[in-house]
Amino acid sequence: MGPLPFLGAALASAAAVFAAGVAIGNEYVYFASYTVAQYIVLATAWNILGGYTGYVNFGAAGFFAIGAYTSVVLHKTMSLPLLLMIPIGGLVTGLIGLMMGYLTLRLRGVFFAIATLALAIVLHTLIINWSFVGGARGAYIIRPREVMLFASYSQYLFAIMLLLAALAVATARWVERSRLGRGLAAIRDDETAAECSGVPTLKLKLVATTLSGFLMGIAGAPFPYYVSYVDPAGAFNLAYGVNSIAMPLIGGMSSWIGPLIGALLLGTLQQVATVTISSSVNLLLVGVLLVAFVTLAPNGIVGLFEKARKKKSDG
Amino acid sequence: MDLTLSLLINAIVAGILLGGFYAAVSIGISISFGMLDIVNIAHPAFIILGSFVAYTVNLHLGIDPILVNFILSPAFFLLGIAMYRWYYVAFERRGRESLSGLAFFFGILFIGEVALLLIFGADYRTVHAPYIGPTLEWGAINLPLRLFVPFLVSVGVVIAVQLYLTRTFTGRGILAVSQNPVALQLMGANPQRIKAVAFGLSIATAAVAGAFLIIIQPVEPSIGREYIGRVFAVCVLGGMGSIPGTLLAAIILGVAESFTATFYGPSWAPAVSFGLLLLTLAVRPAGLLGR
Repeated sequence: MGPLPFLGAALASAAAVFAAGVAIGNEYVYFASYTVAQYIVLATAWNILGGYTGYVNFGAAGFFAIGAYTSVVLHKTMSLPLLLMIPIGGLVTGLIGLMMGYLTLRLRGVFFAIATLALAIVLHTLIINWSFVGGARGAYIIRPREVMLFASYSQYLFAIMLLLAALAVATARWVERSRLGRGLAAIRDDETAAECSGVPTLKLKLVATTLSGFLMGIAGAPFPYYVSYVDPAGAFNLAYGVNSIAMPLIGGMSSWIGPLIGALLLGTLQQVATVTISSSVNLLLVGVLLVAFVTLAPNGIVGLFEKARKKKSDG
Repeated sequence: MDLTLSLLINAIVAGILLGGFYAAVSIGISISFGMLDIVNIAHPAFIILGSFVAYTVNLHLGIDPILVNFILSPAFFLLGIAMYRWYYVAFERRGRESLSGLAFFFGILFIGEVALLLIFGADYRTVHAPYIGPTLEWGAINLPLRLFVPFLVSVGVVIAVQLYLTRTFTGRGILAVSQNPVALQLMGANPQRIKAVAFGLSIATAAVAGAFLIIIQPVEPSIGREYIGRVFAVCVLGGMGSIPGTLLAAIILGVAESFTATFYGPSWAPAVSFGLLLLTLAVRPAGLLGR
């Protein structure tokens, strides 16, 4: 399937999910599905750098939060429509990704990973000390009372996040199969060999960090409207960082479908666990699953399926 | 003496005292990351674990927290060896340490934090010891014993580790494995065993540093995150695997944080270590005393 037909299929699936959600017509369904869709965007974004290129980004929460806080700033200064805020949030975090990559990608991959963790904390501290966006106390965002064509604002947000998820997955699949994706895979497998074969490694890595940062930012941009109250502790929650890594790892990092499966499974599981047990237990669950998969099934669920299929065809 | 000068002097003194403590916190990372190339981002989780062990024993038996963790350090050493075995079997042996190993330690960090949160709750915990509270005054200079005692013991730990690494057979083995594990193997030594000992040592120092931490400030499970930046900043700034560099960088970080807290406000302090780390990576990735 070419990239455009795939995009059509992704959009059609998103529309189908939206229709199913509307048919149930429950505000909680919008709320929970929004979170899962948001994790699809985050996990897919992480995987473009982590899975395709082999560089670990621990700072997903930082990118997510800057996307959210860009919306807060835009809301306070210009009160732009949400649909315009999303690409602006993405551009800001894309730029941060680019600068971050430029600073550290010439070093060993480990330094990049530690620097991303550092970046998230530096950004967190900046936001805490920036009183215009509410500082440590946080900021309230008043949602518009109604939107055209939609029954409620949460239904509208649900639709937007589904759209973003479809776009993110289609982008990841396109990257994976393009010249860019092959270059990134070469970097992941052996960076020195790739460089020697004429792959412009630094340039491709910078493209990957920028794209990944952009997608994380657009996942965060609608967040202030979703919660209607943003504070640094909520927006920079470590859960975003952990989930962005755990979902692709559990699903499988080699293709676009891995993060999608991981986000759907783990996202849904966490929604159920939060309601039925408690939110700290569900975080523990993510940590345990992450460690278990990374130790026992390094290629994730997709890898397990492929192994089973291979065994079948061999036997 | 005018007020700003005395503020300045006390900021420097507090910074140096804090720096000694940071050296004890980071020396484990200088061993595991600097020498063994194991990116143990879960290091702070072991520090916090040490704090809570000291807290529990101190609460029930009233024993001095530093003494408790020195007595229990063999247990942490064994925990470290077990962690290394796990890491070796699952990642290092298969050459998957970079991405999967990082994710593994990230998961361990997270599990440690949430597990302590579930057991102890999110309340801040403190310990009791006679030296928490009094302050030595010497002219305009204040020496809070709460900082001074951990400082002295920390510097002692750093010196002991340096002597161990340079004067003993296994210690020199650790330095050798950091330089060239294959050559070490050709000499008939087993790099895995030496690395396990080194990693055990790094976790034991983390636990001892945990006792200092809970003496210096109240502890709750999630404050470990703040130490990720500190330990890596110190390790990288000092120069990978250099113990004297670790002490020097820790004192630089301590003074920088103390200045920031005194003159700009404590809410900026967490950014100092990470800012220093980003700066070092951008300007001099080899660190101050790097090889």
